[in-house]
Amino acid sequence: MIDWGWLAGHLDAIAYRTWQHVYLAALGVGIGFAISFVLALVAARYRILYPPISALAGILFTIPSLALFAALISITGFSVVTAEVPLVLYTLVILVRNIVAGLDAVPVDVVEAADGMGHSRRQRLWRVELPLALPLIVAGLRLATVSTIGLVTITGTISDAYGGLGYFILDGYHRGNFLTEMYAGAVPSILLALVADLLFVRAQRRVTPWARARATEAAA
Amino acid sequence: MNLVTETAAWLTNPAQWAGQSGIPNRLLEHVLIASISLGIALLLALPAGLAIGHTGRGAAVAAGVANLGRSLPSLAVIAIAIPVTVLVDPVLGGTVLPTLVAMVVLAIPPILVNAYTGIAEVDRDLVEAGRGMGMREREILAGIELPVALPVVLGGVRSAAVQIVATATLGAIFGSGGLGRFLVDGIAQNDDGQVFGGVVLVAGLAIATEVAVGLLERLARSPGLRAPGARPATELAPPSPLRGA
Repeated sequence: MIDWGWLAGHLDAIAYRTWQHVYLAALGVGIGFAISFVLALVAARYRILYPPISALAGILFTIPSLALFAALISITGFSVVTAEVPLVLYTLVILVRNIVAGLDAVPVDVVEAADGMGHSRRQRLWRVELPLALPLIVAGLRLATVSTIGLVTITGTISDAYGGLGYFILDGYHRGNFLTEMYAGAVPSILLALVADLLFVRAQRRVTPWARARATEAAA
Repeated sequence: MNLVTETAAWLTNPAQWAGQSGIPNRLLEHVLIASISLGIALLLALPAGLAIGHTGRGAAVAAGVANLGRSLPSLAVIAIAIPVTVLVDPVLGGTVLPTLVAMVVLAIPPILVNAYTGIAEVDRDLVEAGRGMGMREREILAGIELPVALPVVLGGVRSAAVQIVATATLGAIFGSGGLGRFLVDGIAQNDDGQVFGGVVLVAGLAIATEVAVGLLERLARSPGLRAPGARPATELAPPSPLRGA
């Protein structure tokens, strides 16, 4: 069932697509985190902005990724922007909510203690609130990364130049269900997602040695 | 022609509203694919989640299953499933069955996690009171824990349903029916009106699904929790933003 000759002849291509997959996903999560961080801080400070941001994110989640990629082709063409914009947008949905929830989860007495010790608003944020919000922030990054790795497979519908490992799934299908090629895309993309998930579990434990109980709770 | 008029023209064209590749039939296919996969996922995940929440045993295994399910890219699951589903049915196995498998995998994590955390977070005093009144374990689960946890449990179902509606469009790449056809065919034919028309239909169905499960939740809410002075059930266990995200 598996054509080993094909696999042996395409190791370079598989390595290239794996690298592309990681690159596209990392870029999406990186940009998404930067935007989410700013949005979440703004939403946490000006509460009135959170419901509209959250509602907009919720609506965004109902738009299928396939549709978003397709819709962007007519605006940004067959470019890396078309691949990245949906990836970034979907990470916002997860990350903004988790960062705000992380900041909300900081106990009121801890915040008051920080105020009582004479922290300025900025000092309180960076020294007290963000460190305590870290378990939920990392949990959000974990979900965002894993879901982005899944979404990168769909960028292949834009053009053959993208798609990471998803390219093999689509190309194999278009060659009349060529299973070897489809599996050459599907199996490594699943492994990538699982490895990323495991790395984030480790990171969760490492960045918050004092909050192991909370980290496991967040993982649920 | 701009996108809005192009989309409106496509959506209002009578030719779009009849026949096998018309909007009503594609909508029906999409609803069928989504309900069958949601039904299977409910059968698999709901009893397990309720049992784990009630007994407190197996939570780690369930969290592992949920994390695994969330990690699997749907497109990869469809590809992996094809050789297996082809054995089950040579025709459907190459088109709609792999999509159903991937949608069940997608729907299990939110249903499972919300079911067991919802039940596990029910006030222990309520459960002990039930036990003190001589209720059996099954009666405690059905009569106390489930009604109190219902908003959280149904929140998982809602999240699963919305994700299925949006993601089932992927099946169209592999020749499955449903609203995804308009996206895939629209891209292939470079027909923006069809692509955006498809987007409007899928997003509309996803929002309708969200509203429908919300109504179901309101109808199913126990009268005891609606009584004056009773705390709204949602306050007992606010769904964490992590769940179902």
